Amino acid sequence: MSSLNYETVARFAQQGGTVYFGVMFLAAFVYALWPKHREAFQDLARLPLEDDEDDHVGA
Amino acid sequence: MTADTQQQASPANAVVLQILMGVLALGALLATAFSPDPLFRLQGWIFLGAFVVACGVLTIGIANGQFQNDQGKYEDGVVRAGVIATLFWAAVGMLVGVVIASQLAWPRIFYFPDFGWLNFGRLRPLHTSGVVFAFGGNALLCTSFYVVQRTCRARLAGGLAPWFVFWGYQLFIALAAIGYLAGITEGREYAEPEWIADIWLTVVWVAYLLVFLGTIWKRKEPHIYVANWFYLAMIVTVAMLHIVNNISLPISFLNHKSYSAFAGVQDALTQWWYGHNAVGFFLTAGFLAIMYYFVPKRAERPVYSYRLSIVHFWSLIFIYIWAGPHHLHYTALPQWTQTLGMTFSVMLWMPSWGGMINGLMTLSGAWDKLRTDPVIRMMTVAIAFYGMSTFEGPLMSIRTVNALSHYTDWTIGHVHSGALGWVGFISFGAIYCLVPWLWKKERMYSNTLIEWHFWIATIGILLYIAAMWVSGIMEGLMWREYTPQGFLAYSFVETVAAKHIENVIRVIGGLMYLSGTLIMVVNVWKTIAMPSSVRQVESSGPAAALSAQA
Repeated sequence: MSSLNYETVARFAQQGGTVYFGVMFLAAFVYALWPKHREAFQDLARLPLEDDEDDHVGA
Repeated sequence: MTADTQQQASPANAVVLQILMGVLALGALLATAFSPDPLFRLQGWIFLGAFVVACGVLTIGIANGQFQNDQGKYEDGVVRAGVIATLFWAAVGMLVGVVIASQLAWPRIFYFPDFGWLNFGRLRPLHTSGVVFAFGGNALLCTSFYVVQRTCRARLAGGLAPWFVFWGYQLFIALAAIGYLAGITEGREYAEPEWIADIWLTVVWVAYLLVFLGTIWKRKEPHIYVANWFYLAMIVTVAMLHIVNNISLPISFLNHKSYSAFAGVQDALTQWWYGHNAVGFFLTAGFLAIMYYFVPKRAERPVYSYRLSIVHFWSLIFIYIWAGPHHLHYTALPQWTQTLGMTFSVMLWMPSWGGMINGLMTLSGAWDKLRTDPVIRMMTVAIAFYGMSTFEGPLMSIRTVNALSHYTDWTIGHVHSGALGWVGFISFGAIYCLVPWLWKKERMYSNTLIEWHFWIATIGILLYIAAMWVSGIMEGLMWREYTPQGFLAYSFVETVAAKHIENVIRVIGGLMYLSGTLIMVVNVWKTIAMPSSVRQVESSGPAAALSAQA
């Protein structure tokens, strides 16, 4: 396993990590801005207003 | 859900917990008996006392058929306990802060050579942990338990587990606090508790994670509301930070002292990776969750932009974790790592201000409430302080600015604008909302007292941070002043003496902030004592407020 030295592992972690995090973030960004989600997000923005302070579990 | 689980009586759960407490009590007894180390025995006695009391309470409760788990109702008891604990620790932590600020201003005050535990070095971690973990931690615990139930439309998971989390966390605080006074410390900032307390916190924190995840798992609302994402990120990241930063080897299993598994600069970087993310995830992400639930709720307006909240969340999560190295500028840490930390800190401007805009703009259509509702005003000022301190932080992380600001009071001022302004005020705002809801009152006892709290505390913060800016920049400039011969122009003690007035102003600011908190304690106390149906006749003017206080 001579190929598994510090440089190889570090390069893999650096480049792989950058790509992985970049793609993950981009996916979240696209999800947030996707036009189809607009209506759902408008409802969700009101979620805290819909529950009441009573201790009975709401529907 | 079958009818069987709907009305699930939890004594099975309680009996398991009771047996566990009994076993742990026996373990604590044996460890205490066999340890030659007095400080370890001190911790052993605390554990033993807590486990014996827990076992006793559980026994009485089970015998009386307590601990029913009605799935049709929210578990609000633990939230009520959390609100009381939050206020208790706020008062204690801030009081200790005023004491040590006085010790800085007047070195002979509150110092008695016969009582070494009153030394500044012992009291300082008691203050920092007291406000960050005891006050802030309990605020996060109780608000997260409230918010996750409401936004998931489900009772907290795990039967008695939320109560285990609550009392287990208080036990951790007691262990840490008494330990600091006795001289038990790892000497790692914001991570001072020794290995045995660290292991206990890990157990409690994992239970917290499981309760939170379990509640999300059985939610009736299809979407997971953004506040829950922030809470979850806080819980998961704090678990990771706490475990990695506390990897250490005890001298023996019956000794309180342990040594870190890391050495040198690796140790320093691990510590500040932990330290900065304690700020980023504990003091920021967790309290942003409070903002995303309580600000819309109180303003009766929807979140300004839910899209922005999603982008806010993911960008904050991805960037914050890299910012730690800015605590180690001009040290043995490689230059590229310092630059990385600085770059990511500067990048944090964007998500922070995106979040601030989202919080402030949630008030659009309800701006008049800033004038009429001191609770809304308090939360708005909190968000403004969030914006201010997240602007100041990246600025101070820039290497050349840090050359001036590092190790000075400017850092202390920065931390307090975040802690008093952002964390304190958003928590107080949430509690002012929660108390009437939880104790079924129409409103808080006195709106005037909230006004008093708001103004006294706000002026207190301003005095505090303004004094720290002045003294910080002054001592930073004095430290880098050279004589024409190339010697340092000032000895260290001269730079300490030069900031006496600022230290006095800091005591006054802190005392004002503490007074605000005490006014709140009185107001909450009176609210809880209020009969549920009777409306409070609004008192007016400072005289009425003062008489209500007395």
